[in-house]
Amino acid sequence: MTKLRVAIVDDHAMFRTGVRAEIDGPVEVVGQAEDVESAVAMIVEAAPDVVLLDVHMPGGGGLEVIRRLHLRHPETKFLALSVSDAAEDVIGIIRAGARGYVTKNISGPELLDAIDRVAAGDAVFSPRLAGFVLDAFAGTIEVAQVDEDLDRLTEREREVMRLIARGYAYKEVAKELFISIKTVETHVSSVLRKLQLSSRHELTRWANDRRLI
Amino acid sequence: MTSYRRAYRPAEHRLVGGVATGLAEHLGVPVVYVRVAFVVATWFQGVGVLAYLLLWRLLPLRRPDLSPGLESATRRGLRGSGRAGAREIVQTAAVGSVGIGVLLVIQATGRGIDDHVFGPLLVAVIGVAVVWRQLDDVTWSRWMRDTSGWAFASRVAAGGVLIAVAAVYFVSKEGGWSAAVNLASALVVAVLGLGLILGPWIARLTRDLTEERRERVRSQERADVAAHLHDSVLQTLALLQKNAGDASAVATLARRQERELRDWLYGNDERPGDSLLAALKAAAAEVEDVHRVPVEVIAVGDVPLDADMTALARAAREAMVNAAKHAGVDRIDVYVETDGRSAEVFVRDRGAGFDPATIAIDRMGVRASIIARVERHGGTATIRSAPGEGTEVALRVPVRGPEGEPVPTPGTTRTATEEVIP
Repeated sequence: MTKLRVAIVDDHAMFRTGVRAEIDGPVEVVGQAEDVESAVAMIVEAAPDVVLLDVHMPGGGGLEVIRRLHLRHPETKFLALSVSDAAEDVIGIIRAGARGYVTKNISGPELLDAIDRVAAGDAVFSPRLAGFVLDAFAGTIEVAQVDEDLDRLTEREREVMRLIARGYAYKEVAKELFISIKTVETHVSSVLRKLQLSSRHELTRWANDRRLI
Repeated sequence: MTSYRRAYRPAEHRLVGGVATGLAEHLGVPVVYVRVAFVVATWFQGVGVLAYLLLWRLLPLRRPDLSPGLESATRRGLRGSGRAGAREIVQTAAVGSVGIGVLLVIQATGRGIDDHVFGPLLVAVIGVAVVWRQLDDVTWSRWMRDTSGWAFASRVAAGGVLIAVAAVYFVSKEGGWSAAVNLASALVVAVLGLGLILGPWIARLTRDLTEERRERVRSQERADVAAHLHDSVLQTLALLQKNAGDASAVATLARRQERELRDWLYGNDERPGDSLLAALKAAAAEVEDVHRVPVEVIAVGDVPLDADMTALARAAREAMVNAAKHAGVDRIDVYVETDGRSAEVFVRDRGAGFDPATIAIDRMGVRASIIARVERHGGTATIRSAPGEGTEVALRVPVRGPEGEPVPTPGTTRTATEEVIP
């Protein structure tokens, strides 16, 4: 099996070096960049499988990188990696096309696991991201709106999100709900898709309301 | 919670005045509907434009209230800009030009506004729009502590060019200088009118310092907190150097410092007495410091702290302490969810666990400090554990309404394998 090709995009050189030291070996680090312009050029040039992307970066942040590349290079997967706990930014970057979000204090093995998952086309939901997602979709659980089926989470998806938010790993979620890990992955991917496709107004309003706190 | 929801014009993503975006947000409809409504209303004696201009004056501009970290990241361009996307601009331009097309047809059939009024009116409206937009931006950039001289100049120039284009268009259409003279006099009237409209407002703007004063107080408070933080970072660094050999002390110190900085950069200005979430975060921080185990708190929703919620937070704290003491883990997960009717807290570890059937849970003070405490406040406590499988404590307490009556709790989904320990 060939190694996964990974790129690290972050404006802190020290952090890039640290991550590289942690993951180089099991995966191949094929490029690094420190701002939007150089990241776009590097990703087009090196064509990595997975890009570890910082949320806040000079030139418009990780969001801008995904915006510029996502349509032209759909085969490149993005995993958001950040110290920022700002819900609107995290949800924003997921909606733009990132397949997961992990915080920077993640351990090396966990990060490698997340990279594998993202490369395989699955979604990586940390407890924090699951919490944000539940929060974002919270307004609509009671209201049954027939024509907005796509936008609401099913009861099962909500259960999966809640368990992840409670700190359950995918394996433990599967055991808890008596379903296979594959099914858990399907539910999580479906939540991700709803989050990305949804043009639901409540999502925008939720983001706006959060900013007003 | 019962106060009226006001409509605002969002300052950060708007095309012209932000009226349509603000209304759409307020009414909960897609913004394009609102824009179409304004355009259609304009076909009837220009009602749409009039309404738009009125709302522009009446709706206050809303400035996003960000945490210091986000504010700074926005200023330095580290976040995506909230500007309108190309698609929205094109869409609005399309709606606008269809509207103008229909308007011109109506004019041509002679059923619209009188031609002599229509021309100057159009010019005046565009002039007003340009100047108001500029005024909005002045307040906006003052808030941003940002001088944008070139933007000001280019906008005013654009306004001037627009007016000139309108003038040329009318002169060429009508043909002849008498029309130009008419137009010029109409323009003079329009400019005078504008002066009358805008004069008091400009005067008010220059006097209106409350906003700035509020901002100054806020930034002073933040500066104080920042100074305190920097001081504590220095302390932490000194302690780290002293304890360099003690790995767990170093990790605890680093984590405490990280938590403080993160709260300041991206958190809300909440205090432990304010809400359930704040109380739980404070409890988690305390457990982290004392027992040197990281506690991750994830929240969906929040409620103000009353006697019931205080009891819930204390019970959750006991559960965290138990996990930290007995489970032997390097991480505890706390999840809190409130939906307005009840508040649930889950405290979970992947540690040693115990067999609830064989171990007297009284020995750990579970009955008194967790179960009884929650039940006194009308709640339930569920403990699931098995040797080697970790422990999860689920606490649930109904939220009382404003009258002190518990809000009826409808049945919610429960996971299949819960064992309730009496």
